[in-house]
Amino acid sequence: MSKDVIKTEGLTKVFNKNLTAVDHVTFSVKEGEIFGFLGPNGAGKTTTINMLITVLRPTEGRASVLGYDIAKQANEVRRVIGVVPQEYTADEDLTGYENIILCADLYGVPREIAKKRALELLELVELTEFKDKRVETYSGGMRRRLELACGLINRPKVLFLDEPTLGLDVQTRTATWDYIRHLRREYGITLFMTTHYLEEADALCDRIAIIDHGKIIVTGSPSELKDSLGGDIITIAIKENVDVTDIIRSVENVKEVKNENGAYLIKTEAGEVTTPLIIEALRKKGYTVAKLSLTEPTLNEVYLEYTGKAMRNTEESKEAFRAQRITLRRARGG
Amino acid sequence: MSVNEYKPSLTRGLWALTVRELKKWLKDPMMLLMFVLQPLIWMGLLGKSMNISALFTSVNLTNLIIPNITIPGSFANPPVDGVIVIPGTLLSQSLQEMFSGIGSKVMQNTFGITDYFSYMAVGMVSMIVMTTTMFSGMSIVWDRRLGFLSKVISTPVPRAAIIFSKVLNSTLRAIFQATVILALGYILGLQVSSTFTLLNLLGIYAAVFLLSVGLSSIFLALSIRSTRMERPMQVVNLIMMPLMFASNIFFPTAMMPGWIQAIARVNPLTYLTDAIRQLTILPLDTSTLIMDFTYLSVFAALLAAIGIMLSWRYLTK
Repeated sequence: MSKDVIKTEGLTKVFNKNLTAVDHVTFSVKEGEIFGFLGPNGAGKTTTINMLITVLRPTEGRASVLGYDIAKQANEVRRVIGVVPQEYTADEDLTGYENIILCADLYGVPREIAKKRALELLELVELTEFKDKRVETYSGGMRRRLELACGLINRPKVLFLDEPTLGLDVQTRTATWDYIRHLRREYGITLFMTTHYLEEADALCDRIAIIDHGKIIVTGSPSELKDSLGGDIITIAIKENVDVTDIIRSVENVKEVKNENGAYLIKTEAGEVTTPLIIEALRKKGYTVAKLSLTEPTLNEVYLEYTGKAMRNTEESKEAFRAQRITLRRARGG
Repeated sequence: MSVNEYKPSLTRGLWALTVRELKKWLKDPMMLLMFVLQPLIWMGLLGKSMNISALFTSVNLTNLIIPNITIPGSFANPPVDGVIVIPGTLLSQSLQEMFSGIGSKVMQNTFGITDYFSYMAVGMVSMIVMTTTMFSGMSIVWDRRLGFLSKVISTPVPRAAIIFSKVLNSTLRAIFQATVILALGYILGLQVSSTFTLLNLLGIYAAVFLLSVGLSSIFLALSIRSTRMERPMQVVNLIMMPLMFASNIFFPTAMMPGWIQAIARVNPLTYLTDAIRQLTILPLDTSTLIMDFTYLSVFAALLAAIGIMLSWRYLTK
């Protein structure tokens, strides 16, 4: 049984006495796990992370990181965590190397170790070639990698990643996922991340919590969540123009049948077992299957099921997102 | 799970954050150039164009027409018959001869020295120290907007290091600027008094340090809460003019109306300017200097205490 590295209990943040950004959130993250907060922009993900990294004080509730209380032992928490913020926080006027050394100074990593480690980390995130270039010349992906390197300078036990691939192109995003997996594999770091990309949560996280309007709606591993929807969806169409809903319904394991203009949407557990049974049943009655598909539910369906709406803002433009972020930050009181 | 044993320290954090600011500054050649040009322009234009000493040269009296003056003979000693006539041209001529002498006496009594440029150049030191300090305290708004501040807050670096690095950076810049202005002033003709030694320079730095610490602390506290540059900028714009003119930077306060004098008496720039003048162009008056330093120390201590306390509260809230 692994230990809980992060634990929260009724964690709440209210801004300006009336804007509840995080509403009694309770969860725990186990050692060595990648735990994701999935939710649309403005759901309270960043506010939660900011409380956990001791930048914001909770209005109510408790949380601990590696056993240290985030309110009472903030300094201890800060020493053992690494933070990769949503924004590019590196100083643009300094070089990549100078930025990492600055982080090392802030954490009090001894100079000799810091120098060695900075080079190692630059190597890890493939920025060695650019280490003496000013950050203002870096691309978005390079900056993100530099943030990652800065967040690792103190060899943290827990790394907090706030929207680690926000605004990155697909290729860079996949590369970032690889770095994150590498960190867990090589260093056994526990990762807490937020994202509003469904694919990202699905590809990276061991467990996710879907959060909306400041509340956790459901927690579980991506596959658990998908299974909780009641399994797979089979779509079938037959050549004959007859309603066969009842025939399909009588097949074992079939949970729900919906006839949508001659296409039958069938909800079932273990679709690969049920499909042949349905075909067999239809064939016995003399019907011919014209079309057939079997889909496993994606997080998209999970999200839809639990929040009652499709994921907001998934394909939002960067500009719109920035505007929203600024509004949010003002609401947060900066 | 063993916890890493790194010890974040105040001195190292303070040093790292201050060096960061100075590096930013030094890496911007345009910015550095502006820092030198700005005082040069102020001093060159204001100091040289407001050439008050030149008012008192005989040239300014060339067309002076004085009518002949007639005095009854009985006023003379011993009395004479008839009247005595003093030709106006004679009076005009001797006035012209005496004028520059009277002029330097007026200058001396008003400004303490006969050369207005020297007087003004020193005033410029105060002015530039004030603007530099106020503006650089505001850089924290950018740190906040760009997320740098929240990153720093999430590290275990002592909060004091974050605050002091800003104050220290402002102070170092102010001292650098003061040096540049004094050097430029010297080149342009600032007349240093005979009592000036290198020790006086340290005294100047100490005075500049005190004002910078006070002003930057209070501006830091003001800026740290703003998400936008506009708010602290408005405050600067509002108080800059009164601070500049209700002081002895350009003109002695003794000739100002009572209410301006009242402002000037509490204006720290008055004391800074006077302290620097005492240490550079005037024959040193120790008791005045002690009073200047006492006021500046009280000012610095008070504003730094308020500013640092407010910033501290913000960072640890």
